[in-house]
Amino acid sequence: MSSVATLHGGDVHAAHDAHHEHHHHETFITKYVFSQDHKMIAKQFLVTGMIWAIIGGLFSVIFRLQLGYPESTFPILEDFLGHWAKGGKLQPEFYYALVTMHGTILVFFVLTAGLSGTFANFLIPLQIGARDMASPMLNMLSYWFFFTASIIMFSSLFVQTGPASGGWTIYPPLSALGDASEGSKIGMDLWLVSMAMFIVSSLLGGLNYISTILNLRTKGMSMTRLPLTIWALFFTAVLGVLSFPVLLSGAILLLFDRNLGTSFFLSDIYINGKILPNEGGSAILFQHLFWFLGHPEVYIILLPAMGMSSEIISVNSRKPIFGYMAMVGSLFAIAILAFLVWAHHMFVTGLNPFLGSVFVLLTLLIAVPSAIKVFNWLTTLWRGSIRFTPGMLFAIGFVSLFISGGLTGIFLGNSALDLHLHDTYFVIAHFHIVMGVASFFGMFAGIYHWFPKMFGRYLNNTMAYIHFWVTIVGAYLIFWPMHYEGLAGMPRRYYDYSSWESFKQFGGLNEFISFVAMIVFAVQLLFVFNFFYSMFKGRKVTTQNPWGSNTLEWTTPINPGHGNWPGEIPEVYRGAYDYAKDGHEFIPQNVPVGDDETHH
Amino acid sequence: MKEFLLVALGALVFVVIFQIAKASEYVNVLKGEEKSRRQNNKINAFLLLGLLIFGLIGAWYCNELYYGKTLFKYGSSSVEGEGWDWMFMLTTVVTGIVFVITQVLLFWFSFKYQEKDNTKAYYFAHSTKLELIWTTIPAIVLCILVAFGLKYWFKVTGDAPKDAIVVEVTGHQFGWEFRYPGPDKVLGKKNFKLSKGINSLGVDFEDPASLDDIHVSGTMHIPVGIPVKMVINAQDVIHDVGLPHFRLKMDAVPGIPTTQWFTPKYTTDEMKNITGNPNFTYEISCDQMCGKGHFSMRGVIIVESMAAYKQWLATQKPEYFTVYPDRAPHAADTTAKANVVAAVVPDKK
Repeated sequence: MSSVATLHGGDVHAAHDAHHEHHHHETFITKYVFSQDHKMIAKQFLVTGMIWAIIGGLFSVIFRLQLGYPESTFPILEDFLGHWAKGGKLQPEFYYALVTMHGTILVFFVLTAGLSGTFANFLIPLQIGARDMASPMLNMLSYWFFFTASIIMFSSLFVQTGPASGGWTIYPPLSALGDASEGSKIGMDLWLVSMAMFIVSSLLGGLNYISTILNLRTKGMSMTRLPLTIWALFFTAVLGVLSFPVLLSGAILLLFDRNLGTSFFLSDIYINGKILPNEGGSAILFQHLFWFLGHPEVYIILLPAMGMSSEIISVNSRKPIFGYMAMVGSLFAIAILAFLVWAHHMFVTGLNPFLGSVFVLLTLLIAVPSAIKVFNWLTTLWRGSIRFTPGMLFAIGFVSLFISGGLTGIFLGNSALDLHLHDTYFVIAHFHIVMGVASFFGMFAGIYHWFPKMFGRYLNNTMAYIHFWVTIVGAYLIFWPMHYEGLAGMPRRYYDYSSWESFKQFGGLNEFISFVAMIVFAVQLLFVFNFFYSMFKGRKVTTQNPWGSNTLEWTTPINPGHGNWPGEIPEVYRGAYDYAKDGHEFIPQNVPVGDDETHH
Repeated sequence: MKEFLLVALGALVFVVIFQIAKASEYVNVLKGEEKSRRQNNKINAFLLLGLLIFGLIGAWYCNELYYGKTLFKYGSSSVEGEGWDWMFMLTTVVTGIVFVITQVLLFWFSFKYQEKDNTKAYYFAHSTKLELIWTTIPAIVLCILVAFGLKYWFKVTGDAPKDAIVVEVTGHQFGWEFRYPGPDKVLGKKNFKLSKGINSLGVDFEDPASLDDIHVSGTMHIPVGIPVKMVINAQDVIHDVGLPHFRLKMDAVPGIPTTQWFTPKYTTDEMKNITGNPNFTYEISCDQMCGKGHFSMRGVIIVESMAAYKQWLATQKPEYFTVYPDRAPHAADTTAKANVVAAVVPDKK
C-alpha cells in the first residue's frame, strides 16, 4: 500500500487497481482496526473524538452542578465518584480536576484530533483526487499514537491522587510541585506523557496532510482550484507542525523540573513551610512556550470549521463562495498572525508594557482577515437559493457564533481592557463561543454534510433539526449572560462564589446556566444516538451526488472502496465553486470547460 | 429515587423524539422527498428569522436583568478606572454596531434568499471594490481602538505617581499578606530563604529598613484619593491580585515582583451608600488558578479617609516586634514605641 504515492499517472492506475483486486485481502483487523485506508482512519478519529466529547461534556455538566447548586448535594455523584464527591458534594480538588480535564479533552482530543483528524483524513484525498494519503502507514500510526495518548489520559482519571487539576494551561509552579496540589502528583506526569504522545500523533498527521496536499493532487487540480476546506486543513496542518513541537519542549522541561530537580520554571519558592532549593528559573518562560502553541492551537481548532463552513455555505446557497482568493488570503493571513500574538494571553503577567503594545496591534490585526471572511460569507448568502440542510444550518450557526465571539475578542485583545476582563467569565464566554461552540458547529456541519459519503446513509433529519435548534439557542443562553458576570470581575475556575460580596449576586444566573447546559448536553446525546443509529439503519443514499456539489468526493461511488475511484482518478478542469454559472445549477470540477462558457 | 425518575423521564423523552423522527421520515417518503424538503426549508427559514428577532430582544432583556448586577452603573471606584469604563463603552458601541449589522444581514439573507420555485441563485464570484471596502474600514476602526487602548495601557502600566503610598502584597496558598514600609517609607529587604515560622515572608531583619515595617494579613487599609502602588509577590505558585472595582489585575509570580497602582475614588463607607448595600466590600480576588483553595483566596481592602488610615496605621505593631517579642517596648506605651522605632531606624530621607 505504501506505493500508492507513486501510482498516479494514467497507465499505472490500471495495474494498481488490478494489484488491488488480487492481493488485498482484508481481514477484520486490517479493515477496521489497523486500517491504512484514510476513510477508515478518519472514522476512527471521529468515533474516538465523539467518545471524548461525551466524557468532556459530561465533566462540564458535573462541575456545572456544583456551580449552579452550591448548596445542594447529589448522592448519585458519590455512587460514581466515591471520595471525590463525599456526601454527594463535589470536592474542590476534584472540581478543579474536572475543569482541567474538560479543557484538555475538548481542546486537544476533540477539537484538534477529533476535528482535524477526521476531516483532514477523510476529505484531503477525496477532494484533491488522490487514492490515499502520501503515507498511509504514518497515517495509521498517527491514529494509534492518539489512541495511546487517550488511554494514558483516561487512566489518569483513576490514579489515587486524581488527574491533573491545575487548569488545561498547566502553569508551573502549580503543575510542577506535588506539594502545591494533589493533581500535580502522578496525574500531572500522566498528563504530560499523554500530551507528548498526542503531539507525536499530531505531527505525523500534519506532515502527512501537508505532503499529500502538495504532491498528490490529481491532474488539473492546481492550488487555486482547491476547495476551501483543503486550504483550511492545509494551513491547520502547517500551524500544528510548526507550533506543537514548542509545547513538546515545554512539556519535557516541565517533566525535568518535576522529576529531575532542574529549575527551568522554578525559583524563590516557599511552600508548606519548606524552602525549595530552586533558583533562577522563570515561571513566565513556561507561559511563553505554552502559548506559542496555545494561540496557534486556537486556529488549529477554528480553521477547519471555517473551511468546511465555507464549502457548505457555497454548496447550499447554490452560489460560488464570494471572493475565493480573498478567502484563501485571509486564511493565510490568520495563519501567519496566529504565530505573532501569543503574549496577549499574558498581558497581566507583568510583561513589559511596550512588548504588550506590539502584541495588541498584532492581535487586533487578526480582526481584519476575520472581518473579510464574515463579509464574504454574508455576500455568498446574498441572492442565493438557500437550502437549509442540517449541515447548512450548522454552517450558518457557525458564522453567527463566530461573529458574536469574535467581536468580544476585540475587547480582550486590547490590553487596556484585558486588565479588568482577564481570567473572568468574559473570557470564558468569549472563547467558548468563538472557539468551542463555533468549532463544534463547524464540526457538526461537516458531519451532517459528509455523513452520506462516510457511511452511504443519511442522518435522520428530524433529530438533526432538533439538535441544531436546541444547541444554538442553548449555546447563546449559556454563554451570552456570562459576559455580564465577567464584567463584574467574576473570576473563572472558582468552586464556589457564595462567600464573595462582589460575585454572589449571580447565583441565580449560575443556576439557570447549569440547567440549560444539562439540556444542551442531553441533545448532544440525541445526536450521538442519531449518528450510530443512522450508520446502520439510516435511509440509504441512492444518488452519487446528493447535495449537487462540485467537489471530487461526490464523483466516487456511493460507498467508495480503498483507493476511492474504481477506475481512473477524474481530471479537474475548473475551480470548486462554479455554481449558478451560465445558467447551470452546478458544474462539477471534473467537467471540461465548454466553448460557450464565460470567463470570470 | 428522584434521580431514577429523572433518568426514566429522560429516556422516555428520547424514545418519543425517536419515534417522531422515524415517523416523519416515513411521512416524507410518502409525501415525496422534494415536497417535504421544501416544507422543511420554509420552516427553518422562518425559525432563523425568529432566532434573530428573539435573539436581539433576548440580548436587550439580558442587559436589563444583569447590567445592574455588574455595578457598572456606579462607575469605577478608582480614578484611573474611569478611563477603562470609557474605553469599554467605546469598544461596546463599535462592536455593537458591527454585531447588529452582521447578524441582521446573516439571518435576513438566510430568510430572504431561501430556495424558491421561481428564482435562481445569482452568479457573483467576487468584487475587488467590495473586498477592498471591507478590508480598509475594519482596519481603520481597529487602529482607532488600538490608539485609545494603548494610551490608557501606557498610563496605567507606567510608573506610579511620586506621592503614591507603597504596599507590598504577597500571595500564598491561600491568602494575602500586606507589608507597609512604616515611617521610613522604605520596605526592608526580603529573602525567601529566611522564611521561617512567624517570619513567613522571609523579611531580612539585618536590614534596618525592615525594623519599622508593618505586616498584616487578609485585610489591607488604604486612604482615599491618594495613589497606591502595590508591589506584588508570590511565595509558592502564581496568584493574581484581581481588583474588580478598580478595574485592575496583576499576576503574583514567585521570584518575579510585579507592580500596579491606582487611586481609590470612594471610601468603603461611601460605596455602601452609593450601592445601597450595607455589606459592600472591596475584595481582592485571586484570578490565577492556584490550587484547591483558589476560590477562597479572598482579600479585603478597606478604603478610608486619610485620618482614619493614619489612626489605623498608628495602632499597628511593627513585624520586628512580633518576630522578636523580647525586643519590643511595653505594649501600652505607644509613644515610647514610636520613639524606639525612630531611634532604631535612622530617617533615610
